[in-house]
Amino acid sequence: MKGRTLGRHVKEGGKNLVRNGWMTFASISAVTIMLFVVGAFLLLIMNINEFADSLEDDVEVRVFIDLTADEENQSELETEIQDIDMVQTVDFVAKEDGLESLITSFGDQGTYLESLREENPLNDVFVVQAQDPQQTQVLAEEIQTLSYVDDVEYGADIVEQLFSVTNIMRYAGIVLIVGLMFTAMFLIANTIKITIIARKREIQIMKLVGATNGFIRWPFFVEGLLLGVLGAIIPISALSYGYVKLVEVVQGTPELSFLTMTPPNPLILQMGGLLLGIGAFIGIWGSMMSVRKFLKV
Amino acid sequence: MITMKEVWKTYPNGVMAINGIDIHIDKSEFVYVVGPSGAGKSTFIKLMYREEKPTRGTIKIGDEELSKIKERHIPLLRRKIGVVFQDFKLLPSLSVYENVAFALEVIEESKANIRKRVMQVLDIVRLKNKARFLPHELSGGEQQRVAIARAIVNNPSVLIADEPTGNLDPETSWEIMKILEEINDRGTTIVMATHNKEIVNTMRKRVIAIEGGRVARDDAKGGYGYER
Repeated sequence: MKGRTLGRHVKEGGKNLVRNGWMTFASISAVTIMLFVVGAFLLLIMNINEFADSLEDDVEVRVFIDLTADEENQSELETEIQDIDMVQTVDFVAKEDGLESLITSFGDQGTYLESLREENPLNDVFVVQAQDPQQTQVLAEEIQTLSYVDDVEYGADIVEQLFSVTNIMRYAGIVLIVGLMFTAMFLIANTIKITIIARKREIQIMKLVGATNGFIRWPFFVEGLLLGVLGAIIPISALSYGYVKLVEVVQGTPELSFLTMTPPNPLILQMGGLLLGIGAFIGIWGSMMSVRKFLKV
Repeated sequence: MITMKEVWKTYPNGVMAINGIDIHIDKSEFVYVVGPSGAGKSTFIKLMYREEKPTRGTIKIGDEELSKIKERHIPLLRRKIGVVFQDFKLLPSLSVYENVAFALEVIEESKANIRKRVMQVLDIVRLKNKARFLPHELSGGEQQRVAIARAIVNNPSVLIADEPTGNLDPETSWEIMKILEEINDRGTTIVMATHNKEIVNTMRKRVIAIEGGRVARDDAKGGYGYER
């Protein structure tokens, strides 16, 4: 195809958008709403995934050493733990260090805990990390059976619950997104079908003077593409702006410091690219669907 | 130029429109197709530009056998055949010039060529001075002349006209006939379906009469032969 012809097709496609004002508006709105929900879900799921991943990495078994154990018993226990296959690292945290970090973590209010230094209520602790976070539970149970172990603590059950929540959200998100995509596609197909009915005569004449199907299809291709891309602009800009602001707010609020948010860069670029792609795809697909049967003149 | 052999056409709804037609039309011939309404004239015409496919038999235009043309190659055939209709089939939002140029745009001619060719054919149909007019600003005869210009702008070897004077008064009809005759003189084969007794009887050409989907009469210089 020659460049001049492409120019003509783009012009024709654009003209159609304007000519079918309200239907164009309806289709673009449908795409906009759909992509907005898709984008929001995407950001949410990405963040939950990231949060879950970071929690998973943090999963460790805290082995509280029996207060009666002397140093020899402790090092015996350490070797025993290290001999377990699943173990990656074992760190010893003396009760003095444990208290120190506890005090620091309380910040200004930590001074109230200073008195505890007189009679430290904490245990010495082994912090054990499993090679695979999924093995944490088994590992913890095994360590529990060793001697000189007062207690073990691990957060795996929390992580498991979190993962089941993310999975449910992921599936719900996919179902919702697919449903919305079909709605938007149906609306676009309908819009273009109406424009085609109005242009049926024109298509018939084009065919009579020897226009190929490709030639006739092009303006509709452009029209569908424009519907999809225009529909993607608002959700992309709104979600990008909103997300950057949200991350700023979360990071600026100490009470929310436990939330690790996925950094906006490159997440919003990926999200934008994906929404643009989905928008363009359903626009083109919707329009090609409806042109098909009109070409059999 | 045009050869039909044992052509039959039955529509899916059971209507038997064409029931065994054998016909040969030479290059540069001018042929009237006459016959009562519903006798199969329209189908006969539609078979020629491949709007309809025959149920049986072969149709050849030039060297090409229509039933063997692939669906996607039909546009190439249409570029070799000009078609004119009773209702003109012009695009209302385009000017006279644009309507004619349209047929060249779809085959991606260059702007300069389009300009040259369009002006040439507008000269043939004597509408050069109305190139910028819109169809609704023209009389019926003028609109039909635009349609003819569009049909011949590709230099087709065959011009098919389905009742081209059907919507026009006698005087305007003669204008159209004169232009068609001129085009025929330049070597274009013309097949024209018509109900116009006066024209057929005055401008004597070959007449093919179709009745009940068969060729009832084929006279080299025949008259209309029907009492309206």
